[in-house]
Amino acid sequence: MSVLVLIDHDRGEVSEASRQAITLAEQVAEALGSPVEAVVIGAEAADIGVVDRVWHVTHSLLDDYTPGGWGEVLAQLVAQEMPAAVVAPGSDRGNEVLAHLAALLDLPMVANVTELDPSGDVWSLQRVRWGGSLLERGELEAAVRLVSAAPHVFPPAETEGSSPVVEFQPTLEEGQVVDRVVERVTVSEGVTLATAPVVVSGGRGVGGPEGFGPLEELAELLGGAVGCSRVVTNNGWRPHSDQVGQTGTRVAPDVYIACGISGAIQHWVGMMASKHVIAINTDAEAPMVTKADYAVIGDVAELVPAIVDEVKRRR
Amino acid sequence: MRLLVCVKRVPAPGAKIALTEDGRAIETAHLSFTTSPHEECAVEAAIQLKEAHGGTVEVLTLGPPEAEEQLRYAASVGADGATLVPTDGSDVDPQATAAGLLSAIRSLEAERGPFDLVLFGNESADAGNFQVGIRVAHGLGRPVVSGIKGIEVEGETAVARRQTASGFEVYRLPLPAVLAVKEGIALPRYPTLSGRLKSKKLEVRRHETELAPGGQRMVRFESPPEQEVRTEFLSDAVAVVDVLEKLGVL
Repeated sequence: MSVLVLIDHDRGEVSEASRQAITLAEQVAEALGSPVEAVVIGAEAADIGVVDRVWHVTHSLLDDYTPGGWGEVLAQLVAQEMPAAVVAPGSDRGNEVLAHLAALLDLPMVANVTELDPSGDVWSLQRVRWGGSLLERGELEAAVRLVSAAPHVFPPAETEGSSPVVEFQPTLEEGQVVDRVVERVTVSEGVTLATAPVVVSGGRGVGGPEGFGPLEELAELLGGAVGCSRVVTNNGWRPHSDQVGQTGTRVAPDVYIACGISGAIQHWVGMMASKHVIAINTDAEAPMVTKADYAVIGDVAELVPAIVDEVKRRR
Repeated sequence: MRLLVCVKRVPAPGAKIALTEDGRAIETAHLSFTTSPHEECAVEAAIQLKEAHGGTVEVLTLGPPEAEEQLRYAASVGADGATLVPTDGSDVDPQATAAGLLSAIRSLEAERGPFDLVLFGNESADAGNFQVGIRVAHGLGRPVVSGIKGIEVEGETAVARRQTASGFEVYRLPLPAVLAVKEGIALPRYPTLSGRLKSKKLEVRRHETELAPGGQRMVRFESPPEQEVRTEFLSDAVAVVDVLEKLGVL
């Protein structure tokens, strides 16, 4: 029995979350002595090394993303292969497609797993709740175990190279893909918040929408993106798409610069996977300051422009 | 339009979460409760659709009797009807939650006709199972898309927008449909005084149903280990840039 891993890709480029899911799938497969088989849905054949086989699922109705369609074809592959488990990335798409699969096959599904022990009929596991501020020990009992890999927990697998590809042609009707993407709109080109190597993020301490000017300048200089806390979007200072946190975007940059952000738990869980955190805050006791690797105590309105000037001077 | 929003009562986000001694529940004695943030925004989105197209908004929750508070709160900002699927307050797995909600929706629809749109939060703030809305949609045989941050209704079609890394994707679903939405779709309004008074008189329906457990079992909760961090304090902007240089991002 194999372990299937769902690959989320953008025109053939395998997402970071998918490479993390491959690592979890490898761990499970190794414990079971099973092969790992990747499932790539859509016209682009993603080259994926590391795995034992790639199932390439194509159909004329799968030219663009359709959560229900992806769930349906995955269900057909699962019915044919009866794998021990299906692992999905813990991304919007991964969890969504896995939920469709679970609903179609009436199977349980465990989202955002951090540990999985596949010995025995009942698998024991750990998963995240509250976006990561609480953990849950649990058990999973099912004919096929459906799990997604919690983001930024498993190291991403190296997927360079290629593996044997097997074509899988599902049966699909127009009515099963009414949820297909019909249009894509690009709002920002270039660096995106979710993948930026540096995030310059502002909170209440920035003072207002105009206070974000220097943060934008610093982000631009460092090739990064601007983020913000929930207070900022609730006040209408920035669009919600800039919000970092449990109910916003989850980020894991090399450097996270938190400007005037106190560090409430729902914000912290959205950026706790950052490699290095620099806090700029007037309050030395703020949770963000005590949890940061580096902190400078002072006013954002004075410090950020001074940092911008110093960066420019060294260029 | 007939709109239904499924909501969940959760401890107020940001509160320090303490566990009971056996770790099987959250210590609730000193916690305040609220509607899960994505769902609070779903209620607002539904009310805005009602204001634009006419119709009614109903709210539904599965939870302890105290979850009536969250239903009444929704009524105070404009919901017209409310239904509670009562539980004993212990953690209910997502399969059982979906089955309980589905049973209630079928009963409401048998009485007064189908809902054009059923809204869910993308995931609950506490359990974060990412699946209840999708399971209910399959039970109802209706299309569903999650992660939605914009809805417009054009005749018999719901046009839904989902945020992506660089912009958004657009979906067009034939009604009736189900959407799981995210915070940011709409900024929730505050209740008015007349809304509060109206909500006090609202009759909350109860839909009793057996909740058969699914294949996912919670054993206990654990607090994540506290990471020991020794913060290095920097004196000024120049020292910050030194660090940026050292970290290789300059």
